[in-house]
Amino acid sequence: MLKMTHLSKVYRTEVVETYALRDFNINVKEGEFVAVTGPSGSGKTTFLTIAGLLETFTGGEYHLDGVEVSNLDDNARSKIRNEKIGFIFQAFNLIPDLNVFDNVEVPLRYRGMKGPERKERIMSALERVGLASRAKHYPAELSGGQQQRVAIARALAGTPRLLLADEPTGNLDTQMARGVLELLEEIHREGATIVMVTHDPELAARAQRNVHIIDGQVVDLAEDPRFHTAYTAAAGQVRS
Amino acid sequence: MFTYYIQLGLRSLKRNPALTALMVMAIGFGVSASMITYSVFRAVSGNPIPEKSSQLFVPEIDSWGPGLNEKGEPPGALNYVDAMALMRAHQSKRMTLIYQIGLSTLPRDADSVPVASNGYAVTGDFFTMFDVPFLYGSGWSTADDDARAADVVLSREFNQRMFGGANSVGQKITLSGHDYRIVGVTKRWNPSPRFYDAWGGSGFGDPPDFYLLLNRALDLHTDNVGRNSCRGAITYNGWDQYLQSNCIWLMPWVELDTTSEVARYRNFLESYSADQQRAGRFGWAPNVRLPDVMTWLDVQHIVPPESRISLIVAMSFFIICLVNTIGLLLAKFMRRAGEIGVRRALGATRHEIYAQYLVEAAAVGLTGGLLGLLLTAIGMSGVGLLFEPEIAQLAHMDLSLIGLTLVVAIFATVAAAFYPAWRAAQVQPAWQLKSN
Repeated sequence: MLKMTHLSKVYRTEVVETYALRDFNINVKEGEFVAVTGPSGSGKTTFLTIAGLLETFTGGEYHLDGVEVSNLDDNARSKIRNEKIGFIFQAFNLIPDLNVFDNVEVPLRYRGMKGPERKERIMSALERVGLASRAKHYPAELSGGQQQRVAIARALAGTPRLLLADEPTGNLDTQMARGVLELLEEIHREGATIVMVTHDPELAARAQRNVHIIDGQVVDLAEDPRFHTAYTAAAGQVRS
Repeated sequence: MFTYYIQLGLRSLKRNPALTALMVMAIGFGVSASMITYSVFRAVSGNPIPEKSSQLFVPEIDSWGPGLNEKGEPPGALNYVDAMALMRAHQSKRMTLIYQIGLSTLPRDADSVPVASNGYAVTGDFFTMFDVPFLYGSGWSTADDDARAADVVLSREFNQRMFGGANSVGQKITLSGHDYRIVGVTKRWNPSPRFYDAWGGSGFGDPPDFYLLLNRALDLHTDNVGRNSCRGAITYNGWDQYLQSNCIWLMPWVELDTTSEVARYRNFLESYSADQQRAGRFGWAPNVRLPDVMTWLDVQHIVPPESRISLIVAMSFFIICLVNTIGLLLAKFMRRAGEIGVRRALGATRHEIYAQYLVEAAAVGLTGGLLGLLLTAIGMSGVGLLFEPEIAQLAHMDLSLIGLTLVVAIFATVAAAFYPAWRAAQVQPAWQLKSN
């Protein structure tokens, strides 16, 4: 579903080159629920924005759903984003001037979908996240958890092949976070491919597979000699 | 998507109401100032007879010579001798001579006092050449010209005053003590500018009251009350000597349909002038002109300079308003960089973002245009402060000006939004979403 090979992302200024990702390799299969973890500044969000075609990369290859995306123009990238990818952001990123219905409608509008089909999909997505009764409410009238549910409904309405979540519970309290996580797990059980960036080890543990990023590279904590000791100790603590 | 963009644009007007109000006011004031001055400029500079302006010509003959004419140009009208010579020559499809007359009119009510009325002495071709529209009856024929008939055509306004608007054709009217038979009543017809009298009058003003048969007016020694220009010492005494003097006062017009007819007529004018030179009447080489309507109006500087200047000032003001609008639109759009990032993440192309913001600018322009309409309507009453009354009265709001106001406001605002919308479309979604 998502395969990056020797991918690199370099931010260049006149005096310095900064590698956000370096020789980055990852392969996410269809239907997987993958958690991407790593310390701040490790390149998690850069990975996610490249995976979501929001940003270009400097070198390497990226195949999304079998398509090599490095040479696609803005229109083609936008079309893929619209049809194949759903985004869930830490800050929800709802449009404050639009009510819940209109927020969920946004990606469907850019798909050129007819009104009746749009309405059916929107209401179906809102029912799925338990907010059908709040369709006419504005984001400011909802709790954080509800806002994130709206964002999830917006991502689901377009029935994407890939769901990208960036710290989806980062702005929520424990109870609300649990609800959002359960919703993501339910979506995954129904067959969605989910890639979730998180700091939270507990959240990461709920995923099928963990990918750890350090200094812009995917590392195997158990095998890499740089982290072997710390990983063994941490694993022992978890077992005890 | 267009309707979606319109919805978003109208919704956006409510957002940042102070910023929106500033932009709407800038557009509204700018467009209204331009439209008010344009309405005057349009009235004074338009083509008064578009369907025939390239077929109507003013024959000019230099009857004064290099020592007396103005910078080598022939005078703008003809003296009686030359005017009658051209009439007799019959070298054009149609020809008329015009001069302005003022007569006292005796109302039908015997108890009323005579009223002053103004009109023109013309030949029968006048009505056909200038496509004068008639409410009742018609003009008179060239046969009537030759018969020196006591015929008169009234304007609709004069007919309203004299006959209450009824069909007066066939009735008699007394003008300065002479009875005339009314043969026609025109519809409202007052070309702006009044091209056929651009030399004799200001080119603007109320429509004339009547049109009298030229030969009849001449027979009755009816004085010219329009412009009259003479050169050298005035030596004439009485009407007959006046007709033989070098004073110019008769405005000639000819109708020529093709370029070959125009060339032929110009040759005729030169031949006529050469004949006059040979006869010793002119002591100079032929110097003739044959301008069409628009060239003639240009030569006569019929557009008041204050009209052109005020239009330039108003347009400059509008441009300043638009420059301010560019800044305000830029601020308004870039405050929504976060939203743009979200829309891009959800599948909007740069083109779609660009289109959305241009439509939003069009919504601002439309609102500014509506305010501009209101201000234009109010401002029309103040035109008299800038222009002479006869010019100011030409400024009026009609459907075309209303449409133009809205179209100019919308297009100008959309043009002003090209750069702000382009900047909005360049927002990098990844940066915006990371910063959130």
